[in-house]
Amino acid sequence: MSAELPVGHGLAAPNAALAPGTHDGRSPGPPLWLLLELTYRCPLHCVFCYNPTDFANTGAELATADWLRVLREARALGAVQLGLSGGEPLARDDLETIVAEAHALGFYINLITSGIGLNEARMRALKAAGLDHIQLSFQDSTRELNDFLSSTRTFELKSQVAALIRQHGYPMVLNVVLHRLNIDHVGEILEMAERMGAHYVELANTQYYGWAWLNREHLLPSRAQLERAEAVTRQFRERVGNRMQIYFVVPDYFETRPKACMSGLGSVFLAIAPDGTAMPCHAARMLPGLALPNVRDLDIRTIWYDSPAFNRFRGEDWMKEPCRSCPERSKDFGGCRCQAYLLTGDPDNADPVCDLSPYHERVTEAVARAELRAGTQGTAPGRALVFRDHRISIAVEPGDPARRG
Amino acid sequence: MSELAPTVKPAIAHGMRLQFEAAQDAHVLLYPEGMVKLNGSAGAILSRCDGVRTLADIVADLERSYGATGLGADVSAFVALALERRWLELRE
Repeated sequence: MSAELPVGHGLAAPNAALAPGTHDGRSPGPPLWLLLELTYRCPLHCVFCYNPTDFANTGAELATADWLRVLREARALGAVQLGLSGGEPLARDDLETIVAEAHALGFYINLITSGIGLNEARMRALKAAGLDHIQLSFQDSTRELNDFLSSTRTFELKSQVAALIRQHGYPMVLNVVLHRLNIDHVGEILEMAERMGAHYVELANTQYYGWAWLNREHLLPSRAQLERAEAVTRQFRERVGNRMQIYFVVPDYFETRPKACMSGLGSVFLAIAPDGTAMPCHAARMLPGLALPNVRDLDIRTIWYDSPAFNRFRGEDWMKEPCRSCPERSKDFGGCRCQAYLLTGDPDNADPVCDLSPYHERVTEAVARAELRAGTQGTAPGRALVFRDHRISIAVEPGDPARRG
Repeated sequence: MSELAPTVKPAIAHGMRLQFEAAQDAHVLLYPEGMVKLNGSAGAILSRCDGVRTLADIVADLERSYGATGLGADVSAFVALALERRWLELRE
């Protein structure tokens, strides 16, 4: 799991072992990793959510029968890892039906949840249906900040859900999205995880897409904050040893080489949005000129192998300099297309996280602004923090989902 | 690390799943947000780790199945590695 590339809400890309290594664009391997974003509905309003800011203007959710067909078609191609996410997947009352079908098909099923809506009865039903794994998100170690960052009162409820997950024999896996407002609490977060009997803790620094992009100036930590958090994590690891596995994911903005996003778009990962839009990455909706196919119109085989959108970033022909002639292009595939678009306006550019990118200063400038604000956590940088919200989302103009700031 | 007693009973670790994937023509080990594609011998060893058979049983079964002898050290070393990576756990 050390090679994971979490984005936002604890959602991780497949690790390197998952990549079949067929990157010539002519013979892509199967979509081994399937993510179903079952709904954009969510009881939380997290400021770092990676969901598109115009989610409220997307189409109606797929019906149960559509999801079951997607599962069958993807499994027939070789898909085996299944993530169920959202929004909050528990908001779908057919979640148990979807899990049961996925289990019968042989998927390994991971529920990525805030825990809201997970009671004893549903837990039993999901377990009976064959759910393999649950990843529970927490916003902070304290009720105050958890509730503030998600704009709800959920801390006690989440703690109960954590106990429920353990009682039902699942590994206790916590995901906490880190950013400027909670990263100084890393020690307390880890102690909370230990009290809850967590087996795995993912400390995933916010990646800047969707709502997190809107709130970037509030959320980007300073380098000193990051280094302190890493030091605290190291000490904690030494103390607890093997009892608890901790994954600390450094934010892209502090790196000098980009992540191998999704092991290359169209390589192993297939995400389906609530309205049936098929995406080579869960943020790909924002990319301009990418005519994303819909599972209502086409089967998964056609979408994966034949659609222009899924072939768009396969291979290396789309790359520009400096990627095109870079010896590392087969290692990182030029980084994240969404980040390239958000920061440079062109998704074919190198991910500007890379210090070889002519736009790298756009990343370092954002980090420099965070440094300037160090020690002034409460000071709002111009625009107020925007909570993920249905009414706000309705007001976001379609076609401008990223709202490049 | 590789000093495993022949009486230990390795099992696929909690939360992991081993299965054969026709699309990849290989055994794979599935865990949250990841997958390890196993080569033939790793698949042959792990598919025998059921928490019931001892390490000695597993070695004997492999030697029988593959018409080989002297596999003990290799199998033991792989089981130790798999334990370290938490693919396996020991049952009493």
